[in-house]
Amino acid sequence: MKHGILLHEFADDVGVAVEDLKKGSKIGVVTLEGKAAGSIKLLNNVPLGHKVAMRDLALDKPVIKYGRPVGKAVQAIAKGAHVHVHNVKTLRWSI
Amino acid sequence: MITPNKMKLTGFRRPDGRFGIRNHVIILPVDDISNAAANGVAALIKGTMALPHAYGRLQFGEDLELTFRTLAGTGRNPNVAATVVIGIEPKWTERIVKEIAKTGKPVAGFSIERHGDLRTIEAASRKAMEFVQYATEMQREPFPVKKLMMSTKCGESDTTTGLSSCPTVGRVFERLIGAGATLIFGETSELTGGEDIIQSRCVNAKVLAEFNRMFEGYTDLITSQGVDLLGSQPTEGNIRGGLTTIEEKAMGNIQKIGRCKVQSALEPAVEPAGPGLHFMDSSSAAAEMVTLCGAAGSVVHYFPTGQGNVIGNPIVPVIKLSGNPLTLETMSEHIDVDLTGILRMEMNLDQAADAAMTVLERTINGRLTAAEALRHDEYVLTKLYRSA
Repeated sequence: MKHGILLHEFADDVGVAVEDLKKGSKIGVVTLEGKAAGSIKLLNNVPLGHKVAMRDLALDKPVIKYGRPVGKAVQAIAKGAHVHVHNVKTLRWSI
Repeated sequence: MITPNKMKLTGFRRPDGRFGIRNHVIILPVDDISNAAANGVAALIKGTMALPHAYGRLQFGEDLELTFRTLAGTGRNPNVAATVVIGIEPKWTERIVKEIAKTGKPVAGFSIERHGDLRTIEAASRKAMEFVQYATEMQREPFPVKKLMMSTKCGESDTTTGLSSCPTVGRVFERLIGAGATLIFGETSELTGGEDIIQSRCVNAKVLAEFNRMFEGYTDLITSQGVDLLGSQPTEGNIRGGLTTIEEKAMGNIQKIGRCKVQSALEPAVEPAGPGLHFMDSSSAAAEMVTLCGAAGSVVHYFPTGQGNVIGNPIVPVIKLSGNPLTLETMSEHIDVDLTGILRMEMNLDQAADAAMTVLERTINGRLTAAEALRHDEYVLTKLYRSA
């Protein structure tokens, strides 16, 4: 399957759409080094450059990208869902 | 793979031993009210360029020092062959002239009070004409990579910059460091969430302490304003491009320095003392940051962009790199290095670095960047606080 999602690290919680992806489609996932990481069925339309959940993410769980926490889930996020400012917030600026 | 020492670089040798890759004669106003006279000279004399800006009056303390350092640093930059400085009064004008003169390059100052704009323009134009005739006779000569000083800062970042254009710059920087080049990065606010990575790269405890002081100074400023930077950091453009948090943006940003160590933490617009990669405390606003890099002596700049920041600089050629297919489709005239092959898995990072180095070599040797051809000559001083 031609890839549509790129991962920085194999175990990352989120991958990046490398083209506009349609809800319901099954999309191939690879790492930047070209290692296949299976496929995922999309729950939402995801525009180019936006992120997709690689697995179910529980509320308040740190979200891993680049192998590091880059924010936390502010609602439960299902595998295949669009991940962005509506469901993930920074771990900083907590004032 | 292209090794840096295989690049054939040519430039203009300056009296202080540095090399420029452009040969500008600039008309530099000391203050906002001298912009009109500076523009007047540039309109009269072919081959000169005025650098109008918004400040230079009633500043004080550290903010004034930064303005002086930025203006003098611009004249000192090796891409500048000669400088005409014009200010409203002679004292601050002479202060900038003196700093530029330390490089051994031609420089002359003019002040407007007791002469008026018209007589000032005439006298400054005669000098500018002499400088242009001097500069236009200079020839390029070969120079080694170890004489190259360059900078990087990304803008209108999105998730594609972290995947493609930023790591490409990181790969090139690793190669250039090995060949003894001097490199600058900064963007203090955009390290938030990845500052531990920069801390781990500082070469010694003194550099680490300096970096921490600068980073904490920035964090304290945010806290003192009692605000959340969402909307400013990440910007609305970043968010549109898929970046969700400052940590995610920082991790993309930090890819630009590859695995390089950090040799020093510099105040803004301060020239690095030796080779290697240097952190410069700076805003992440593109025009401000590149202006500061130019004042610190950078002669060429790598600018990774995702959504398509169009920034340029009057004296420092800005090379744009992008891996975002939508940006290449809709605004290709702004992009110098097309890295969309990375997202399609048709290009690996070493191949991308080769492409970026090829464009770097051609730019150094005289080819205009997209930003230069499109007349993007944003010259923006960093203001630390309000004037008196």
